[in-house]
Amino acid sequence: MSANQVALSYLVASVLFILALKGLSHPDSARRGNRFGIIGMALAVLTTLAVTGRIDLAIGAMAIGGAIGALVAKRVEMTQMPELVAAMHSLVGLAAVLIAIAVVNNPGAFGIPNPIPFGNRIELFIGTFVGAITFSGSVIAFGKLAGLGKQFRLFSSAPIVFRGQHMVNLALALVMVGAGIAFVVSGDAGKWPPFGLMTAIAFVLGVLIIIPIGGADMPVVISMLNSYSGWAASGIGFSLENSMLIIAGSLVGSSGAILSYIMCRAMNRSFFSVILGGFGGAEGATADSGEQKTVKSGSAEDVAFLLSNAESVIIVPGYGLAVARAQHAVKEMAQKLIARGVTVRYAIHPVAGRMPGHMNVLLAEAEVPYEQVLEMEDINSDFGNTDVAFVLGANDVVNPLAETPGSAIYGMPILEAHKARTVLVNKRSMAAGYAGLDNPLFYMDKTMMVFGDAKKVVEDIVKAIE
Amino acid sequence: MTEALDPTVTNLTVFVLAVVVGYHVVWGVTPALHTPLMSVTNAISSVIIVGAILASGPGTTDFGALLGALAVGLVAINTFGGFLVTERMLEMFRKKDRKQTGK
Repeated sequence: MSANQVALSYLVASVLFILALKGLSHPDSARRGNRFGIIGMALAVLTTLAVTGRIDLAIGAMAIGGAIGALVAKRVEMTQMPELVAAMHSLVGLAAVLIAIAVVNNPGAFGIPNPIPFGNRIELFIGTFVGAITFSGSVIAFGKLAGLGKQFRLFSSAPIVFRGQHMVNLALALVMVGAGIAFVVSGDAGKWPPFGLMTAIAFVLGVLIIIPIGGADMPVVISMLNSYSGWAASGIGFSLENSMLIIAGSLVGSSGAILSYIMCRAMNRSFFSVILGGFGGAEGATADSGEQKTVKSGSAEDVAFLLSNAESVIIVPGYGLAVARAQHAVKEMAQKLIARGVTVRYAIHPVAGRMPGHMNVLLAEAEVPYEQVLEMEDINSDFGNTDVAFVLGANDVVNPLAETPGSAIYGMPILEAHKARTVLVNKRSMAAGYAGLDNPLFYMDKTMMVFGDAKKVVEDIVKAIE
Repeated sequence: MTEALDPTVTNLTVFVLAVVVGYHVVWGVTPALHTPLMSVTNAISSVIIVGAILASGPGTTDFGALLGALAVGLVAINTFGGFLVTERMLEMFRKKDRKQTGK
């Protein structure tokens, strides 16, 4: 295969990757898109194998890795998708670092002259440090998401903050850049020490950047690391002068960046305040005046009565629902209501799950038809003429304080459940949400609380609807 | 203007155009499919495996080739796992679709 043929085959693969993302604009075209992605990947891999001298090592390694990947993909629970995705980001980051080391070790294997030219060195520097930060940052994110905080303190879902944190990070970043510059200008003999130092500091920085970010901000962190993994791939593409890698990396990089933006907007947080960390844990002790407010609470039977006599119901699922594994029970409840002529829809806040689109997948897994599942912008105006809003395991995303100037979450886009004629709320207790705020929705006259585990409560409701 | 174009400039051209394409395509993705978007981008970024294959195959089995093989193995988890898990999720979105039209 000539170099031109290789480049053209990579071009086809790049177009297929774009089509793979394009397919996700609608659930009906998404599977075809995924097939395009698979074909593109197969083409890229086979083309590369065809022009590589020795391929037994690569094929052996691919068989092992592929088998592990296939097994994980088959076994993973949908609630564990955030962990899986974080783990996968870390692998891309680590691979970028390993490839960069291999390039520095033997540039000739990649068609790069030895000693490595100035331009390639800059690209290697960028690809390596972004890859290293992606790797260690994603490992920490994985640990936080998997709830391994008890086993290892750095994985704690509460933010880890210490005095002078930002100064330490800044100092390390400067030393890393300094080492990177030393690598770029070093002679061939002296290239390893600055390269090694730069890589080591980047690994440490990845850890330090993620530990101060609290559990509530994880959707942003995952999206951000998604973006980094793309930029790392792109950086390696620059070093290897491979357009396909640059294109694929940029697609992923911009995708992650857009998702981060969407998540930040949905949580009313600026990107920088998320990065600087410290949210979602200890702070947020914004206690109210302390006056005793009363809530009305009812039983599953009361809820069943209200639901089955309503004309329209909007279910607002939160992550508490997924934790209780109540999705199937909810779907059963919805089916019974629909059979009685009730209009049932689901309202999804962008941060309802632990990663972008997570709640949609969890509901899809429970076989809730996606036509019944609506995004915040599409359903918010309907709450006003809905009989019952049933909030299940959600709190901050339906907190009307977001409309009160001066409150901690003022300006955060919320699902306007409080506008429904009757509001039902299932929670395990009166504990505050991630933002640490009390929720006036619970004390409204038209609100009835049903305390208890979401799954148990919903199952009782299903039994009571007759 | 007789000097040769620096390859970095060509790469930068490709990069900027790809970011623009990515920006527009990703905004078109329906929010309901943001999780599959993330898993499929994971699979796509594993195209870095191409670099790992080159690293593993210079013929001489040295330190760099072994690192390359290690990178191939690690990132192959994404290549296979990423696409397969995306397929699995999209299947969930489709099943109801079929049921719905079957009614």
